[in-house]
Amino acid sequence: MKKLMLGNEAVARGMLEAGCSIVSSYPGTPSTEITEYAAKYDEIYCEWAPNEKVACEVAFGASLAGARSACCMKHVGLNVAADPLFTLSYTGVNGGLVLCVADDPGMHSSQNEQDSRHYAKAAKLPMLEPSDAVEAKEFTKLAFALSEEYDTPVILRTCTRIAHSQCSVELEEPIAAVKKEYVKNPQKYIMAPANAIRKHPVVEERTAKLVALAENTELNKVEYAEGSSLGIITSGTCYQYVKELYGDSVSVLKLGLVNPLPTKLILDFASRVDRLVVIEELDPVIENHCKSLGLSVDGKNIFPICGEFSQSLIAKVMGLEAKEYVIPEESAPVRPPVMCAGCPHRGLFYVLAKKKITVLGDIGCYTLGSAAPLNAIDSVLCMGASVSGLHGFNKASGAEAEKKTVAVIGDSTFMHSGMTGLANIAYNGTNSTVIIVDNSITGMTGHQQNPTTGYNIKGDPATKIDLEALCHALGINRVRVVDPYDLKATEKAIVEEIAADEPSVIISRRPCALLKYVKAKPALTIEADKCRTCKACMKLGCPAISIKNGKAVIDATLCVGCGICQQLCAFGAIGGGENE
Amino acid sequence: MSNNTKNIMIVGVGGQGSLLASKLLGRLLCNEGYDVKVSEVHGMSQRGGSVVTYVRYGDKVYSPIIDKGEADFIVSFEKLEALRYAPYLRKGGKIIVNSQEIDPMPVITGAAEYPHEALEHLSALGVDVDCIDALTPALEAGSAKATNIVLMGRLSKCLDIDKDKWIAALKESVAPKFVEMNIKAFELGRA
Repeated sequence: MKKLMLGNEAVARGMLEAGCSIVSSYPGTPSTEITEYAAKYDEIYCEWAPNEKVACEVAFGASLAGARSACCMKHVGLNVAADPLFTLSYTGVNGGLVLCVADDPGMHSSQNEQDSRHYAKAAKLPMLEPSDAVEAKEFTKLAFALSEEYDTPVILRTCTRIAHSQCSVELEEPIAAVKKEYVKNPQKYIMAPANAIRKHPVVEERTAKLVALAENTELNKVEYAEGSSLGIITSGTCYQYVKELYGDSVSVLKLGLVNPLPTKLILDFASRVDRLVVIEELDPVIENHCKSLGLSVDGKNIFPICGEFSQSLIAKVMGLEAKEYVIPEESAPVRPPVMCAGCPHRGLFYVLAKKKITVLGDIGCYTLGSAAPLNAIDSVLCMGASVSGLHGFNKASGAEAEKKTVAVIGDSTFMHSGMTGLANIAYNGTNSTVIIVDNSITGMTGHQQNPTTGYNIKGDPATKIDLEALCHALGINRVRVVDPYDLKATEKAIVEEIAADEPSVIISRRPCALLKYVKAKPALTIEADKCRTCKACMKLGCPAISIKNGKAVIDATLCVGCGICQQLCAFGAIGGGENE
Repeated sequence: MSNNTKNIMIVGVGGQGSLLASKLLGRLLCNEGYDVKVSEVHGMSQRGGSVVTYVRYGDKVYSPIIDKGEADFIVSFEKLEALRYAPYLRKGGKIIVNSQEIDPMPVITGAAEYPHEALEHLSALGVDVDCIDALTPALEAGSAKATNIVLMGRLSKCLDIDKDKWIAALKESVAPKFVEMNIKAFELGRA
């Protein structure tokens, strides 16, 4: 039976078919749906971990116990999981362990464009890279087999165009869940120096064996074209662009095992073509390997190192005929993502902007508080950096800065890596104010549960971590909760807490307006007679409010009646909703 | 490019239902026995941003994406988005546009003007523009949310696939309680 499935669903299906029974992940675009689809299979236990490090260690524990296990994350999540991963390379596995990482060339939903292949090299781990959903399933299954055969975690690397593209995938019969016996083996699993010293050469021997595999594996495919002088080495989604352009008219070496890379296979391929071109997105990993073999190749000398590729980008670089298209003279105004109508973050950021407070921001929907017209955020770095960064900012700037600065971090991000930063504030003492925007869900990645929501990945009730108690336990005495729909109360809380002579936490609490259980109130309306077009309501950047024919109007299909704009109208022009 | 591969782009504003439209198309084309690739971007762009879905089908489809000058059809759920993605149309291709205007944030804040004459502008450049009000028939069918299916009805007139096949794929793509409404929306779009 065939099914049209996303690359991410195909990875999940591959896990099922391979007898994987434990998956622990942290959501991150474009990897999130792997775990969501895996959770639909009763055969696989799935969970959202608080962060990728935890997820990777859960997968380690499950592997140690003998189960086939996996953890999934976006590229920057691998930075968080890198600590266990590098030493997992030494311990190896019991049950097969696969780490799925999704890169985001073009940064559709990411804060950087790092290339995960460097991790495979640095941690000395095999990495497989599928080129579509069909291979995503196939390679996932192979990854588990390789993991056990070579006693190593295996990294499966995808990118946005694999993760979020669907194609028709043949479903195969799953095998029963793999569960090996657990045998105590301190030399293998306790990575104290004495054991680790003995393990490092084993890792190097394993790499040599994997190179030998790379020379012969079906993961690496050569497609020779008779009479073609051009040879292209490529992998992943770039292979599809190359085939789109050239069909079978040029010779192609498609690498499915992208670490370690083969030597003889590449040298042999190179010897049979006149011109060798490496087509790879992001960093010149394959290209540098070719150069280390003494080959003359074209790569980043002609292709960009930044951004995503496409068939037309490759056509242009390779001097092929370009497609004709219309170029309208009139430009289309950009349509950036915005906070939704009724977003609870809007009221908070409005107050922060109004009070001209320096805001160290974090990763989530609330990063959109940086956009016009609110422009309320000063920095966004990585998960948790708002909290720790604020402490550093205040230490460097002195006591006066503490009265003008806050950190803003979401509930899920706080659980991911905000807690340790808050402990640091309490322990090393700045009078910093941290605002936890608690919308009771992991929003930006599409509504995943987290330890503060009270539900697990299946939607079943779970222990709900009490944020107030947690902040108290981390050494913060001043913890207060406000409703960000109430602008006056929010402003009062901020003014009082930044003035306090001790560290404080404000929990800005209101569930995401898109949650199914959140019922929208009737849409508000603006009485045209009363509207003076002062544009006070426009300062909110609400997508439901616009100026039409010189008066502010509210789009009834978008408005959820949150009432924030009503609080800003000095002329009482905004009515309706619950007041009627 | 593979000669017989057809390219359809669905563009609009996050939240307008382009995922259901692409699900319907993907299912229909698979049922027809084509090799199909459907590609979209999830995540940050969903929050009211400009969204695009690529649907490609033929004997053998390689690339998951559609590039400038390649689309046979663009179905735009919003007027300004038609202008934005017009360069993706191949020579001789067609844009089906919902006449609805949704202001992007730069227009709301006054930093930019909404290009109300976008479609006239495209027509003047020789683009085949088919503009319909898809919202009114959607409301007639029962919900503004059916706008996407009205537009799929309009697209169905351009593809050589029997109406029955569309209806069958539609039934497979939506929850049972919404089937009737969506069939009505499809019929109104196709009328």
